[in-house]
This record gives sequence, C-alpha cells and structure tokens, in this order.
Amino acid sequence: MDFVNSTLEWLSQYIHEYLLFTIYSGVKALVILVPLFIVVAYYTYAERKVIGYMQIRKGPNRVGPKGLLQPFADMFKLMFKEIIVPTNSNKYLFIIAPVITFAPAMAAWAVIPFNDTLVFSDINAGLLYILAMTSVGVYGVIIAGWASNSKYALLGAMRSAAQIVAYEIAMGFALVGVLMVGGSLNLGDIVNKQAGGIGHWFFIPLLPLFFVYLISGVAETNRAPFDVAEGESEIVAGFHVEYSGMTFAVFFLAEYANMILIAMLCSLLFFGGWLSPVPGLLGDSVGWLFGKTAVFMLLFLWFRATFPRYRYDQIMRLGWKVLLPVTIVWLFVEGLAVYFKVGPWFV
Amino acid sequence: MFAKIHYYLKSFLFLELLKGMSVTGRYFFRKKFTIQYPEEKTPISPRFRGLHALRRYANGEERCIACKLCEAVCPALAITIESEQRADGTRRTTRYDIDLFKCIYCGFCEEACPVDSIVETNIFEYHFENRGENIMTKEKLLEIGDRYEAQLAADRSADAPYR
Repeated sequence: MDFVNSTLEWLSQYIHEYLLFTIYSGVKALVILVPLFIVVAYYTYAERKVIGYMQIRKGPNRVGPKGLLQPFADMFKLMFKEIIVPTNSNKYLFIIAPVITFAPAMAAWAVIPFNDTLVFSDINAGLLYILAMTSVGVYGVIIAGWASNSKYALLGAMRSAAQIVAYEIAMGFALVGVLMVGGSLNLGDIVNKQAGGIGHWFFIPLLPLFFVYLISGVAETNRAPFDVAEGESEIVAGFHVEYSGMTFAVFFLAEYANMILIAMLCSLLFFGGWLSPVPGLLGDSVGWLFGKTAVFMLLFLWFRATFPRYRYDQIMRLGWKVLLPVTIVWLFVEGLAVYFKVGPWFV
Repeated sequence: MFAKIHYYLKSFLFLELLKGMSVTGRYFFRKKFTIQYPEEKTPISPRFRGLHALRRYANGEERCIACKLCEAVCPALAITIESEQRADGTRRTTRYDIDLFKCIYCGFCEEACPVDSIVETNIFEYHFENRGENIMTKEKLLEIGDRYEAQLAADRSADAPYR
C-alpha cells in the first residue's frame, strides 16, 4: 500500500488530480475484474467437470492437458461466431440487453471487501448497493426477452421477472436479519463484527436466514433447480434463444459472475469472510474468503447435478408461502434476541 | 397431526434434498465409464452389422450367383443387381450396387444369401467425401471382402454354433 501511495504522489506531479483518480480507479477495477474473468472461465470448466463426474463421465478432457484449455476454446469459438439480430426485433434493445445484465454483475464487485483494507470502494451502504445492483441485472433479462420478438424468449423473460420479484423479497429480508446482527450496511464492518472464531459467525443465530439466502441466491441467478427462465426442455433457452456469439457469451459471463458474487456474499455475511475459524491457531487471510467462496461455488454445481427443475407454480409457492414467512418469523425471533442481548452475537 | 409435524420436520430439515445430494456426492468418486473413443473402443460382437462386403471362395471364385434373393428381401430397396451368363455357363453378376444412403443395415441380405456371399463386416467408421461414393459397386464390395476375409470368416465361425 505504501508503494502504491508513493507512486500516486509521484504521478500527481505530472497528471491532473482528477485524471489520475480516473486512471487509478480503472487500474483497480481491472485488478478485480481480470481475475474475476479467469475465475468465471474456469468456473464453467469446473461446472462441466463436476457435473460430468457426478454422472460418472469424465467431462471435457480434449483441449489441453485434462481439458484445461477448454474455456478458451469456448471463448474463441463464441468470439468468432456471427451475432444474429432477428428480423422485427428491437435492434438497440437487443444489443443493449446483454450489457444491462453484464454491467451490474460486474459493478456489484466494487463493494466486496477482500480483507480489512483490500476493497475497491469502502462505502457505508455497501449491502444496499449490492441489492440494487443484483436487481438491475434482471432488467437485462426482461429486455432481452422482449426485444427478441420471440415467444420463447418472452415467456422466459416473464418467468424470470416473476421469479426474481418473489425471491428478491425473501433475499432482502434475509439480509435485514444480517443487518440486525451486524449493525451496519458496510460489508467490512459486518465481517469484522463476526471476529472471534467460528462460534461468532452469523450463520449460527441466522441459520434459517442463511438457508433462505442461499436458496434465493440460487433462484436469483436463474440456476438449476430454479432455471425456469432458461428451461431448455420447455422453452428452448428462454430469454436468450435468439442470442448468438458474443452477446450470448456476455449473458453467460454475467450469470457466472453473479453466482460467484452470491457465493462470496454467503461467505462474507454468514461465514465470517476472511476471518479464520480458530483465530488462535490460524491467522485471518484472503485465502479463507476464497476457500469459503469456493465451497459455495461448488454447492451451486452440486445442486445443478442433483435436483430436477422446479415447476413454475412450485417456485412461486416456495418463494411466497415458505421462504417469506420463514424470514419474517425469524426476524421476530432475532428481534427478541437483540432485545435480550443473546450470546456472543447480539451484544 | 403427527403426520403433519413429521412432514414439516422432513421438509424443513432438507432430509430428502440431502439424501439426493449424498447420492450425487458418492457418484462423484465412482469409477468413470467414459470410453475415450478414437483411442479406446468397446468390444464388437461377431454379429455386428456394418459396412457390406462380397466374399470369394478360397479358389478366388466369387461366391455370388446372382440369385437376387438379397435384392428381393431388401426392405429399403438399396440393392440393384444385373446378371449375365458367363462363358463357362454359370450365372454371375455384372452389376451389384448397394446404396448406403438407402441401406438400413438390417442384415436381411446376409440372412437371405444362400452362398454366404453378401455379408456385413464390423467396419463402422467410414465416410464419403464426394457425391456418388455412397454407392458401393461390385468392385468395391469385393475389395472389402478380400481385405477382411480373415476377420469375416472368424466372425462367421464364432457365430455358427448359435445359428
């Protein structure tokens, strides 16, 4: 950090302050996004491998040793494919829709803290910002479905809209629970509040809320078993039937970035982020955060390999009639816990 | 009442979901069944019905006597035969074409053949690069028969006890 500061000071002699700030922010964004892209690329590979292994197959193993170059082969294939814009589609919205999905998925990473100091932008309303950003992403899906001028795409978009409205509420309430314990909207503060070993992590008092959050996180990212927006057996590919080449790839990039984001939020909000489970024995480090995130990322794949797709009305039932009441009941229980100052969490 | 509590407990403790995940979790570590096709191949039955061939007798005489039973039995009408009388008085084919696009590889021609002339080999990897290559002419069929005679004879004798 000292090195960075001294370099900035030295550069400020030559470059205007505002320009320097822009460049510095750009570099910081790249430092987060480039590794994110690489992780997304290998997450798709891991998905195919893990699901393959769970189906007693080997998965991709042709491109490079053990198929490790497969994501790049896929990427180049998609880059060189033609982007087909359907006749009678709304061309501008059709092209903009993937960007609208993609940009918030990337923007949400701005407030994710990797440890006490390592955070792109340490704003106080971090959690609110993340909720806002993940909600904006669904507009891309809806616009894509509408602009395609295709029945299947429109059906997928409608399903996605209804599903996200339902699960956003449950997710929001689950996060309200986190706020009540954490006492802050700043993600770094929330993590620091969990200091003191595995017993102090929020998943213990918030266990039902954690499950609600995980389930609605899977639903929010349109992943199996809640992938009715895609629903390839019923509506071909849902909102992205008409997309090809790079526009399609951008949708996928956004989906996987969102999955990683949800996994990381799970570990930050409920599992103490970069904090070590046994602080006396092992020190805190970014490695803990990445390890915990990897576990949740694996869970996403495991779910997909295990569960059949929910029927549409069952999704609505689960969202409105199960998850929502559970969160409200648990918020009440939590309120009592806060009032009586229970355990190591609510002091 | 008790059943209802049992139901709620079961669904809120994710018992069935965990059971499902334990199954896939166990399968993750199972031995994989994948056959790496071009390098590894599954064993082929001697009854396998692949590309066609016309066989010869050991003295080099072609077996086919142009009885046209295969042409008659072929459900896809893939076989076309023309014949003439040779100088030694025997009847032989002048033309024996199989259209591989029409052929459904049912093996009826092989069943119908009284002299075991037309057979289906265990060759299943072949391709066409030009139009017309899908028509297997008499020359091509005889050539395949000559090249794979050892394999064909072995397959036939392996299957003979069950016929």
